[in-house]
Amino acid sequence: MNRSNKYLKTFAITYLIFLYAPALLLPIFSFNSSQIIAFPLSGFTTGWFKALLYQETLHEALRNSLIVAASSSIFATILGILASRAASRYYFPGKQFSLTFILAPLVLPEIIVGVSLLIVLIQLGLPLNLWSVVLGHTLLIMPFSILIMNSAFNNLDISLEEASLDLGETPIGTFRRIILPLVYPGIMASLLLGFTLSLDEFIIAFFLTGTETTLPVYIWSLFRFPKQLPATMALGTILIFVSLILLSLGEYFRRRAAKTQTSVM
Amino acid sequence: MMFLLSFWTQDYLILDKTFTLNNYIEAFTQPVYQLLFSRSLYISLTVTFFTVLLAYPMAYFISFYGGNRKALWLFLITIPFWTSYLLRMFLWKVILGYNGVLNSFLLWLEMITEPLTFILYNSNAVIIALTHGWAPFAILPIFVSLEKIDRSLLEASRDLGDGPIKQFFRVILPLSMPGVVGAALIIFIPTVGDYITPKLVGGTDGLMIANMIQVQFSKANNAPLAAALSVSSLVIVAFISIVFVLINKKHLRRY
Repeated sequence: MNRSNKYLKTFAITYLIFLYAPALLLPIFSFNSSQIIAFPLSGFTTGWFKALLYQETLHEALRNSLIVAASSSIFATILGILASRAASRYYFPGKQFSLTFILAPLVLPEIIVGVSLLIVLIQLGLPLNLWSVVLGHTLLIMPFSILIMNSAFNNLDISLEEASLDLGETPIGTFRRIILPLVYPGIMASLLLGFTLSLDEFIIAFFLTGTETTLPVYIWSLFRFPKQLPATMALGTILIFVSLILLSLGEYFRRRAAKTQTSVM
Repeated sequence: MMFLLSFWTQDYLILDKTFTLNNYIEAFTQPVYQLLFSRSLYISLTVTFFTVLLAYPMAYFISFYGGNRKALWLFLITIPFWTSYLLRMFLWKVILGYNGVLNSFLLWLEMITEPLTFILYNSNAVIIALTHGWAPFAILPIFVSLEKIDRSLLEASRDLGDGPIKQFFRVILPLSMPGVVGAALIIFIPTVGDYITPKLVGGTDGLMIANMIQVQFSKANNAPLAAALSVSSLVIVAFISIVFVLINKKHLRRY
């Protein structure tokens, strides 16, 4: 038993190194002074980060990405709240079916989501701009929002709502003063996850964006210029840290959600 | 919301009404599409197989020997995967390239005298990159199903005379099959339609069906054919997934 334990541990650590290898290269080469991404390293520089400051197209792509990420995560979370509220409290015909159906994009290859949305938008004669990307991303994030909000609403004790209604609160007041504060951590988790997903999404944005590019689409276009590689690595390093911070925040809110619920019980 | 989702069925309706079946006939008879379909399936199935094979011991280790550091291990596994998928796949190109990190590193160490060429711009590169990219999606479901196994069953099987290997194949593996099946599906379905990886590291020999769909859509300007290809790949993926689940249902019921 002990020997197999040792083998397993060695395997686990090797596997972990394999998993980390690409991500670790980003910071290494973003500080490397050579333009060619290869060993041996040539020298330390922060020039690639400075170069990023002067790229107008990058700033525009970043702004577009932030707009898309913010709006689609908000839309998806609102829809997620409505759907899981309906699912956790009411029964209606076809409920199970529609819930499964809503979760479908979770298991569809993204290229198919992108293509289908593009066809629909073209058929409807809608222009391709940032809002079409927002639409696509909302659709993509929604399943995740629903899953998160579902667990938040299912943990909510129904007697709290009943108590508030019995004590003379209106349904809207109950929703605002009792339900929202209790599912608030879930909402934050859903917003943050949606934001991160949207910020990173490429294929749907690639298909649906018109002339306004988002950050991943911009990065994609950079890949064609070997000269820009180290700067791209620097950009990637920044992105890693931003998503790490966002995710730690998300995790913090999720834990707090779990805590609030147990303390209320 | 249902309106948003009606897109899926609407797509098929529009296509069925406006166009003939010619697109489908083309999609299934042209050798180039047949090749791309079979290559996509080959790559995707290989990736699924290797990812699950590598992920199982990892999940097993965390679940049975993780002690009170299980959460830490899981966190460590997921961290690299929150970096941009695009960048990760691009980094594999940098790693595997002719003058890339791996080759230059091995040359530097004088372990090889010539750069390795079999690892970039072919299906192997796509398989390596995808096996890396989808690892946590295999580890997590398998871990969950291993966690659910009642530990007293293991004691019972040991008391009844099963050795560690016998115990693994007769108790642990069958009981964790739901996680394995789930992991396989989670990886198989999206990797068939992956666009970024084959485009970045696949070269011309590693292109997959998604790349063709995109080309048909933009450069070739043949949206109906692209749609037909999408629908066909969706149907193929769904068919294989269902068959896979059915096979395993039978397998699971035995225990």
